Amino acid sequence: MRRKASVTHVQSWCNSSMALITINQLTVAYSGVVALKNVSLQIGAGEIVTIVGPNGSGKTSLLKAIIGAIAPQEGNVEVKSGLKIGYVPQRLNLDPTLPISVGRFMRLTENVTKRECKQALEQAGVSEIMDKQMSELSGGQLQRVLLARALLGSPEILILDEATQGLDQPGAAEFYKQIEKLREETGCAILMISHDLHVVMSASDRVICLNGHICCSGTPQAVAATPEYKELFGADTDGALALYRHNHDHKHDHNHDKSADITEATH
Amino acid sequence: MLDDFMVRAFLAGLGLALVSAPLGCFVVWRRMAYFGEATAHAAMLGVALSLAIETDVFFGALIFAIIMAWLTTQLSGRNYAMDTLLGVFSHSFLAVGLVIVSFISGVRIDLMAYLFGDILAVSKSDLSVIWVGTLVVLGLIIWRWKPLFLTTLNEELSYASGFNPKREQLFLTIALGITVAVSIKVVGVLLITAMLIIPAASARNIARDPEIMVLTAGIFSCISVILGLRSSYVFDTPPGPTIVCVALAIFIALNLVSTLRRLKL
Repeated sequence: MRRKASVTHVQSWCNSSMALITINQLTVAYSGVVALKNVSLQIGAGEIVTIVGPNGSGKTSLLKAIIGAIAPQEGNVEVKSGLKIGYVPQRLNLDPTLPISVGRFMRLTENVTKRECKQALEQAGVSEIMDKQMSELSGGQLQRVLLARALLGSPEILILDEATQGLDQPGAAEFYKQIEKLREETGCAILMISHDLHVVMSASDRVICLNGHICCSGTPQAVAATPEYKELFGADTDGALALYRHNHDHKHDHNHDKSADITEATH
Repeated sequence: MLDDFMVRAFLAGLGLALVSAPLGCFVVWRRMAYFGEATAHAAMLGVALSLAIETDVFFGALIFAIIMAWLTTQLSGRNYAMDTLLGVFSHSFLAVGLVIVSFISGVRIDLMAYLFGDILAVSKSDLSVIWVGTLVVLGLIIWRWKPLFLTTLNEELSYASGFNPKREQLFLTIALGITVAVSIKVVGVLLITAMLIIPAASARNIARDPEIMVLTAGIFSCISVILGLRSSYVFDTPPGPTIVCVALAIFIALNLVSTLRRLKL
């Protein structure tokens, strides 16, 4: 059996006073194949950090190292002592034979009252679905329930793994707005992993572009302008970024398609 | 009371019912049906070796069930997919087991008893093995309920909540091994999967909560054992298969009812 992963979680107060998570020269390898090389990174209180990268760029490995699911080859992950992490998984393995209501799912990990569940669901933008079966939810509802569950227990940081997969573009934009609102309300830091470049960018304080190592990082605008980013994602993402910046300024209703959005964005 | 073979058969059957229901729910939730089947087949090699060295078949079956489960989880994802490896090990373990049995001379071995079970021949010591096994598995599942359930839903979520899915998987493998080992005398190697899956699948029609599904599966399992044994006595049919037939009848009835209900709506 593999070495117990949590051992590598060094608990410490020292280093930097405000950092919730500090990653020091992390290298992760699977049976000799290096997935991440020499990645250093800090996440401070209240920050929104987005990690973007193509498939196979090590996004998931980084996330697994943070939650202690894999042991690093070299380097380490330091987590502020007693840090409360709210983890939002990409999806659930919900077999149709598995009966579970939303309310029951919410109370799986934390000892919470029905009222707290209701509150968390409202914060995540869904309510009145406590008694529904998880298998009856739409993709968007399921994402929000996963988010609501992570909010229970008032986490200091939310970690979201490809949280908008399976949502259409307006749905994803709406979801990210919800996240921003959450940060304003609760002040919790947010670490998002995404390959969804179209809508994620300007919601973040910092974007980290990953491709086995950190290619570039900085504000969304700064990252989008770098040649490394353009090489990774292609130059044609410019339009999409404009779309999001635009999206961010004012509220859209849900019933428009992508092409309408882009024309709006270019005026 | 325990001197009556029918009483022993009922008690053995009920032990199996109680152990297979909760584990069966995990097997269907995690889509491990074929895994359960393969583990059971592999146990035949353990049975054969136990007979060869003249010890109790329980431990032989248990050890080989666990070896098989461990081997497939270790090797899968490297060069072969899980179901390919399961197919390779499951049937070769069964085949090697049957070949070994044919070499054992001196003792006359009723192979049918291990392939289809012989619940009417359960001895007092078998009974104690079955019930100890049942209680161990039930205890394991109650103790690890939350992490097992979380791991089933999402491994990373389980990690983030401070559990280790790899360890939970190991617990489940051991529980499956024990279940297979205690079931061999009752329903035999070939029908174990039926007792794992059919009651759980029936319970899905009714339950809206995971715990309720486990309880309902347990009740269906017990009903199958009681009615099955009774009918096998009345109609003079083989008990193991009759128990499975009753479980199937419950499954069909419940699905008919829920289909009819849906059509009315």
